[in-house]
Parts: sequence; C-alpha cells; structure tokens
Amino acid sequence: MNILDYTAVELSAAIKKGEVTVVEATEAVLAQIEQKEAELNCYVTLDKEGALAQANDIQKKIDAGELTGPLAGVPVAIKDNMCTEGMLTTCSSKILGNFIPTYTSEAVINLQKAGAVILGKTNMDEFAMGSTTETSAFGATKNPWNTEHVPGGSSGGSAAAVAADECFYALGSDTGGSIRQPASYCGVVGMKPTYGTVSRYGLIAYGSSLDQIGPLAKDVTDCATILETIASHDLKDSTSVERDTDFTKALVDDVKGMKIGIPRSYFGDGLDADVKEKVLAAAKVLEEKGAIVEEFDLDLVEYAIPTYYTIADAEASSNLERFDGVKYGFRAEDCDELHQMYKRSRSQGFGPEVKRRIMLGSFVLSSGYYDAYYLKALKVKALIKKSFDEAFAKYDMILGPCAPTTAPKLGASLSDPMKMYLGDIYTISVNLAGLPGISVPCGVDKNGLPIGLQLIGDCFNEKKLIQAAYSYEQARGKFSLRAKEGK
Amino acid sequence: MANVITDETIDYVGILAKLELSAEEKEQAKKDLAEMLDYIDQLGELDTTGVEPMSHVFPVHNVFREDVVTNGDDRDNILKNAPEEKDGMFLVPNTF
Repeated sequence: MNILDYTAVELSAAIKKGEVTVVEATEAVLAQIEQKEAELNCYVTLDKEGALAQANDIQKKIDAGELTGPLAGVPVAIKDNMCTEGMLTTCSSKILGNFIPTYTSEAVINLQKAGAVILGKTNMDEFAMGSTTETSAFGATKNPWNTEHVPGGSSGGSAAAVAADECFYALGSDTGGSIRQPASYCGVVGMKPTYGTVSRYGLIAYGSSLDQIGPLAKDVTDCATILETIASHDLKDSTSVERDTDFTKALVDDVKGMKIGIPRSYFGDGLDADVKEKVLAAAKVLEEKGAIVEEFDLDLVEYAIPTYYTIADAEASSNLERFDGVKYGFRAEDCDELHQMYKRSRSQGFGPEVKRRIMLGSFVLSSGYYDAYYLKALKVKALIKKSFDEAFAKYDMILGPCAPTTAPKLGASLSDPMKMYLGDIYTISVNLAGLPGISVPCGVDKNGLPIGLQLIGDCFNEKKLIQAAYSYEQARGKFSLRAKEGK
Repeated sequence: MANVITDETIDYVGILAKLELSAEEKEQAKKDLAEMLDYIDQLGELDTTGVEPMSHVFPVHNVFREDVVTNGDDRDNILKNAPEEKDGMFLVPNTF
C-alpha cells in the first residue's frame, strides 16, 4: 500500500502499529509536494526541515506512549491566515508578506498537542476575500482535477492540497463558504462548524461574526476526528462556546427516520443541470437508507448575499484598519509624514478585491448610511435566522448543493465580481445564521469535475450532519482523485 | 442605476478607508460601489419594522473575567515585526 492512500485516521493507526513511521509518512507527502507543487501552487510556505524535525520528535513521543490520539503523527497543512509562531503567515497578501507571528493560533496548538506534523501554510484568496484563490498575492492555486480550473476559495490551497495528496488533511476558515465551496470543487470533505465551536484566537480576522475554522479532509471520519481535535472552549476568544465535542461518536451508518428538507429555491434558475442531478441522486440515496426527504420553502434565500456583503465588508473594513505599516507587515518607503505612510502602505499593500471590500464596508458604516445599510442588514440577518429556526423546527437538516456550478475556469470569475459573489448563494446564509454545514463529494459533472453535496444543520447539531454524511459516504463508496487515477 | 457615486463620495470613502487611489482606481471604485449598493438596495423590499438588529446569533452578551493580569511583558516579541523601532518603541515618520 502506498502511504498516500491512507486517510489521516488510517495513517495514525498504521504508525501506532509500527507499519509506517512518522518520518516515512512526512517524506512521502514531501515527495508528492515536490512532484505536484510547481503545477498546483497549493502552498505559500513549505517547512520541509521543520516538518522532518517534528516527525522525529513526534515518533519518539508515540513510541513512549505519550501521544496516543487518532491524529498523532499525521502531516497537516494550515491555511495561511492562522498564526504559526516562527513561520511566515501572510494571508496571501503583500501587506503581511514578511509577517512572522510570535504566537500560534489556538486551533493549531490543539493540533500540535495531538501530534500533528505541520508541513506549511496554504494559499488562499487575499484575506480570505474571494471564491477562487485567484486574489492571492502569490499566484493562483490550480484545481488538481483539472489545472485549467480554479480550486475554489478562499481555502483553495487547503482543499487542493488535500485532493492532490500534498497533505493528509488541512485546516481552512469559512466566512461565507470558504471551506465548503473549495471542498466541493476539489472533491474533498469540508466542514464549517457552529459559530464559536473552534477558537478564532490567532485567526487573522475578516468578518469576525462570521469566521469559523474547520477541517478539509479525505473522508467524513477524518473530518469528524479533526473537528473533535480542534474544537475547544477558549477564554482568549470571547465568542468561543462551551459545548459537546465528541463528534466521532456520530460516525454511525444509520439515517432511519431522519427528516431532511430540500429547499425548492435551491434548485431553481442558475443551478447547473449536472449539479442538480447528482445532488438529488444523493438525496435519493439517503431516502433509500430510511431518511424522510421532502421539499419545502425556505424564505429569504435571495436576501442572504446582499446581507452578507454588507455585514462582512463592514467588519472587514474595521478589522483591516490594523494594517497600517506601524506594528508589522509592509511599510511604504519614503513617506514624509504619518498619515501619508498609513495611506501608501495600505494602498500598495492591499490587492484590488480587498480594497473594494474595505471601501464598501467603510461606506455602509459611514455617518448617514449606517442605518440604511449596515443596521438594515443586521435586521435582515435576524429574519434569515428566524427562517432557519422555522425550518429546523420541522427538519433535522437541510440538503442542497454547495455551489451552483462546478469549478469555473481560471480567470473567468475575477472580471465580474458580482457574478463571483452570486456563486456564494448556498453557503453564505449558513454563516449569517451561525449554523454548521458540511460538503461531501457526490459525483462529477460531464467534464469530470467534482460536485459537492451540502448538508446544513441547526446550531450545535454537527453530529446529525456527520452521521448523515457518513451514511451517505458508506453507500457512495470511495471518492478521490487517486481513486479516479487508478492509483 | 439608482445609486450615483460622486467623486466626493469616493474621496470621502478613501479618507475613511485610509486608501490613496489612482484616477483609474477611483473610476473603477465609483462603478463597483454603485453596482453593489444597487444590489444591496433590494434589502429595502423587506419590512423590518420592530425587528431587533442581530449582531450575534447566540444570546451571549458580555463575557467577563476577573480583572487580573495573566500575560507578562512581551515588548521584545511585539517589536519583532516592527518595520522600524527605536528604544523599545515603534518608530514612525513625523506625525505633524
């Protein structure tokens, strides 16, 4: 068996049995990176020496019985918006192009405690603003299934790295679909947990009320295991919640009696025919396994995108004020006075999409427009949350597509930002309402590009989603680029 | 297009956002901002009379802890990423 065939949980089990060493696993994944990276560009920073040093150290701890967890010894990739002490953390932006954090984000600390080998930092849309990973200051990432296409975004580097076996699993962050959509485009499993489940300490903020860290993984078992490892109640994040985190208990092949609602509006205009067919076929699979599947009307779907872009951009404009050339990151040269330095550092340091969002955010928060735009959006957010509450009074979960299409071609999205924003229609309301959502591969389109099935649950109901996704996966069978390539 | 963004508006937003825009960027920003605001205006179709603005999805408000210092002096670490520093402080150009 090739080491790369293992899922994360399988690899850790094989390491504990002495069938593979942590160094062998790390070397195997580094060799794969060596072979694929020039074409795919999944990583902004790769720490080969550090990874091998960690591997040696972790192997000793496993041998000594100090590390016994289900992810011990498994190499992981981290999205480049999570701080890692001593390792470059850029947010794929020129403005943080030289930023080396002096502390590590809580989610990554939780992985380190569990014996993860940190390989490096993955490419993303600049400050997580984008749906294609093309707004990165360090070049686009390519979709491993077809390198003429985008991997999705903003966690595109993480999703592509998992799909191409350039890591065994990865962390991403999801503000409006940034884990689930690239997972869908790259044919891997991605989950955004309930807001507050994973600490945001050390995650460089985009839209603080919407941001959540979550896993990108080869299968649902890995996904549940990773989430269980990174979830923690953290006093350093005041929005962190105390809750159950025993997600792997839900890895049960049984959906009998589960009530699944399919919103009619999710299957209307704009949805690609292949995506529609495969997602509905997945619903049929769950129905055949005993779930009760029915259509219903979910209100306010069309208002989610304008609400999201108002709130997210408002928060971004405030969060990104801190990048001003004083304390860290890029500073413009030859400035005569302070204010000029702020403006020039930001203007030269941020890319066009980030500037666009900061400007919109500044506008909707400005005196005279605050009530009409920002406050209005917060009120509509309350209505959207209520509409989900009504749905979850009737259903255990909502089923739909993750994105209206499969991965678009490189360069097709950036020329029309509005069109790119509209692609977020199925993922975005989940963040507004703080809900958990998971994307699971459910087939490919006529061009061979993966399609993602999205399951959305009520707050704190990850286990229902994991159980349904796991049950679906058992019926579906293996799905990966490696399997497709016959390796 | 209902929203007409003037040069003055863009200049004002540039001040708020602390961005220095080229003439070309300003033209693009006028167009982009107007397009987005037109799109966002559809929220006006919804009657939100009496609806409380929701900033947090859970009913959590203030999270308090005891007012005791838990972190030590971290000055040297904090200054490690400073573009310029002097005598243990951030160094910036003239402020006036």
